[in-house]
Amino acid sequence: MTDDLTRLSAADLAGRLRSGEVSSVDATQAHLDRIAAVDGVVNAFLHVSTDDALRTARSVDERRAAGEELHPLAGVPIAVKDVVVTQGMPTTAGSKILEGWIPPYDATLVEKIRAAGLPILGKTNMDEFAMGSSTEHSAYGNTRNPWDLDRIPGGSGGGSAAAVAAFEAPLAIGTDTGGSIRQPGAVTGTVGVKPTYGGVSRYGLIAMASSLDQAGPVTRTVLDSALLHELIGGPDRRDSTSIPEALPAIVEAARQGATGDLTGVRVGVVTELTGEGYQEGVSARFAQSLDLLRGLGAEIVEVSCPHFEYALGAYYLIMPSEASSNLAKFDGMRFGLRVEPEEGPVTAERVMAATRGAGFGDEVKRRIILGTYALSAGYYDAYYGSAQKVRTLIQRDFAAAFAQVDVLVSPTAPTTAFRFGEKLDDPLAMYLNDVATIPANLAGVPGMSVPAGLSDDGLPVGFQILAPAKADDRMYRVGAALEAALETSWGGPLLDRAPVLPTALTEQEG
Amino acid sequence: MEPDVATASGPTRMATMSTISRDEVARVAALARIDLRPEELDRLSGELDVIVDAIAKVSEVATPDVPATSHPLPLTNVFRDDIPQPALPVADVLAQAPSAEDGRFAVPQILGEE
Amino acid sequence: MTATTVDLVDYADATRRYDPVIGIEVHVELGTLTKMFCPAEVSFGAEPNTQVTPVSLGLPGALPVVNGKAVEYAIRIGLALNCEIAETCRFARKNYFYPDVPKNFQTSQYDEPIAFDGWIDVELEDGTVFRVEIERAHMEEDAGKNTHVGGATGRIHGAEYSLVDYNRAGIPLVEIVTRPITGAGDRAPEVARAYVQTLRDIFRALDVSEARMERGNVRADVNLSLRPTPESPLGTRTETKNVNSFRSVERAVRYEVSRQAAVLDAGGTVIQETRHWHEDTGVTTSGRVKSDAEDYRYFPEPDLVPIAPPRDWIEEIRAGLPELPVARRRRLQGEWGYADAEMRDVVNAGAIDLIEATVAAGTSAAGARKWWMGELARRAKQDDLTLEALSVTPAQIAELQGLVDTGRINDKLARQVLEGVLAGEGDPEQVVVARGLEVVSDDGALLAAIDEALAAQPDVVEKVRGGNLGPVGAIIGAVMKATRGQADAARVRELVLERIG
Repeated sequence: MTDDLTRLSAADLAGRLRSGEVSSVDATQAHLDRIAAVDGVVNAFLHVSTDDALRTARSVDERRAAGEELHPLAGVPIAVKDVVVTQGMPTTAGSKILEGWIPPYDATLVEKIRAAGLPILGKTNMDEFAMGSSTEHSAYGNTRNPWDLDRIPGGSGGGSAAAVAAFEAPLAIGTDTGGSIRQPGAVTGTVGVKPTYGGVSRYGLIAMASSLDQAGPVTRTVLDSALLHELIGGPDRRDSTSIPEALPAIVEAARQGATGDLTGVRVGVVTELTGEGYQEGVSARFAQSLDLLRGLGAEIVEVSCPHFEYALGAYYLIMPSEASSNLAKFDGMRFGLRVEPEEGPVTAERVMAATRGAGFGDEVKRRIILGTYALSAGYYDAYYGSAQKVRTLIQRDFAAAFAQVDVLVSPTAPTTAFRFGEKLDDPLAMYLNDVATIPANLAGVPGMSVPAGLSDDGLPVGFQILAPAKADDRMYRVGAALEAALETSWGGPLLDRAPVLPTALTEQEG
Repeated sequence: MEPDVATASGPTRMATMSTISRDEVARVAALARIDLRPEELDRLSGELDVIVDAIAKVSEVATPDVPATSHPLPLTNVFRDDIPQPALPVADVLAQAPSAEDGRFAVPQILGEE
Repeated sequence: MTATTVDLVDYADATRRYDPVIGIEVHVELGTLTKMFCPAEVSFGAEPNTQVTPVSLGLPGALPVVNGKAVEYAIRIGLALNCEIAETCRFARKNYFYPDVPKNFQTSQYDEPIAFDGWIDVELEDGTVFRVEIERAHMEEDAGKNTHVGGATGRIHGAEYSLVDYNRAGIPLVEIVTRPITGAGDRAPEVARAYVQTLRDIFRALDVSEARMERGNVRADVNLSLRPTPESPLGTRTETKNVNSFRSVERAVRYEVSRQAAVLDAGGTVIQETRHWHEDTGVTTSGRVKSDAEDYRYFPEPDLVPIAPPRDWIEEIRAGLPELPVARRRRLQGEWGYADAEMRDVVNAGAIDLIEATVAAGTSAAGARKWWMGELARRAKQDDLTLEALSVTPAQIAELQGLVDTGRINDKLARQVLEGVLAGEGDPEQVVVARGLEVVSDDGALLAAIDEALAAQPDVVEKVRGGNLGPVGAIIGAVMKATRGQADAARVRELVLERIG
């Protein structure tokens, strides 16, 4: 029964909880057992909150038994990326500089999750301060891709994606600044969604790039993402950049999409996000998915977004610049790590520098210095200032494209999961993983990655769907339709084909 | 921000843009309050040089007629009412402090600034 | 700190040979209930770190939200300073590391202030009016407070460590920056002082701040440079901080003029730096070098959206502005008919409100001024009190003058009545009755006293009948004495003349 529960989608599990067939305590325990069994190898979790999760589960069971009206997802366990602040629970953002930090408050999305009664299983691993595409930059070790334990699970949200792909959690929260939800989704065969910028509150997200960050769902199905997205999204008075309107009807769109009719939907293939630089197997699965969409009635056209070639450059200027400022607060004065200089006077300035030198990893240092440089007097116009202009051009490209089509599509990432260490010595090569996902963050439009099959190397490939800002429902509709068609052609979900993970013997069985 | 003068960011800027020297990296690291070991400084300089080179081309299309976008969505005038909300309990405020005394954060001596 | 003798040039001499140019930055703490970007309550004297939220503490994940009231106050200030209000403006991050700045950046405004291009007229003590051009007024947040522990003086140098309280961090500030103030010549110190005082009066009139310099609600930084002639280009300027009172403003400018003149006279160059004013020793000392290379890496604050104040909101605020101090003074002077010198004295004595209230209670403007600037001013000086602190109210003064006007008492008696009021014996009418200070108005009683006086000085009758009216005064004097001054001297004279025939 334990295995059964962890293989269920969140929607299915929620259904069984509602019907009384299963208790939240059993469901939560099943996932905690799974974590105990496989996370020693996968290393998706930095912190497992056993007591807290079971406490929530018990409470939900009691409330349900008392006849209380509960949220549709009440009792379904969830994992949260460690960049999201959780009161009373360690939050490290994958960094040594926050080792042992216990936040005194909850992020808005965590408040919503708690209020809805979803037991929080724990915090998941990530590239330090969300800077990376492989989770190799975590200060707490690598997370392994459940499809091949010698390969990366993507990043920065590799922990959440791996947890979901390994059936350690049916739902997880990720954050996406340049692809950190979508790219891990692609390489782990899971669904990842970056909502419209402002669609989900950023209050409580440890900021990397304020104008690009968004929190979103990491799940195994499109419907699960819609359900979670609906829970965590909506206006928030504590986030000035949050959209003041209600979310579009995404759950309905997902259900509707699953019926398989895409007649009249115009799908645009972005010329600049295909072709050379994309692995053959990735392109092949992408083309096959397009065929399926055509079969469902969609009209496929090619669309050019000429300024997308500057997106990577603009991103690697805007993001480090904002991050360099956002990360200034980590200085050893009020919280987190404090390191004193080994020699010389112990002054505030020197303690700050020693703390940051010791507490930040290489990638973080790289980006902070890059960002500080780009904002420096004399360089602002050429760098940050120019990048903000490119942003305008990319928004215009999207606007022009969406005048012709309803959604835009591309492969989510140029390659399948690469091996550990393969790209660590070449930062630029690592950055290229995000070439297809970055434009959406710059423009603020929503994007989703849906599993599109396996490449010829047997590893998952992702299909990316982009929609206009605030039209997240469109991408859910198309995503659900494609998912349904693909799963029919596969005879089941893609993850059914994932290798069985080695499990550790649990002590009580010994 | 200086007024948009294309000439100031013209050819002269282009020539110096793609070289970020070791000294420059050291200067910026100090500005960012990050201690770097000499070998880190060496490695970073090389890496950053490559990266800066790659991203420098954004200025090609960033002509004066293109406005800058600082916020992805066109929101304005988001205000809060002037109504007090409970503050963080002081115990919570200080609980995670590396060092505290007398209800305040204890920080090492501060030099050089007023 | 090594003691070095600082050369100074006599102030008058310095201003004969150099033209001072000043610039003043004033920060005012707004009197809103909550902070600029978070809803932590703001109140004076709270226990340390009890007025912070994750936002004002700069915790990871926290986000700012703009206090609408602070924006309104900032616009009010801008309008009062005759500024244009921006059609759209953004906040910007000013990035620098300092323990009292919890995020290690300050959310401020950089090239898009909410108000700009304004002016105010300041009145110097002798009545000269000087126009100060305002470059900008912008919104920003305050930093926390460091207390230095250990070390000899408790100031930064030589301190062992610091204790930081973030209660103040995030309090709304408006920073007002003047354009270079030229043409003040040797009156630059007065202009600087008057400017800061005028701003303070405006803040209070607008009700946007308690505006007490001694509490730090209003802070001034004074910039000064010298140049050989008004036609010369601007010289190198210094910025002087820790100027905590109006007097300090004036003194600091004077000192810097003298000091910089000496540097220039010796052929040296003035170092562009931040200096620290010491009120006790009356000198400025070198702080940190103020380099424009202090790279703040300003960029638009991505966590906040632009502010575009609707024009009708601005007009609503403008319509709701109270009358400003200078305008009010001019109006009252006109209404009261005071000469310029008289009005200045009233202003300097802090008597405007008192006179206004007295006039409102029914006294003539002349009468009110007579009391407040005369007897009461003398009394205040004697007792070392302010006029306001005296134990008498405008209503009581109005009543007192009213008693004189109706003839119930005369001026001399009125002064005695005032004594009684100041001594706490009650209102003027009560004192009159209690002390029996009424003017005798009964002719019969007066005649009796007159007859007595005439009887005592028989030769007066003959002299007066003979055409010499001088001795009448002696009779009047005797009658006044007999009635203990409680006679109407004019009526006595009438009766005396009648009696004599």
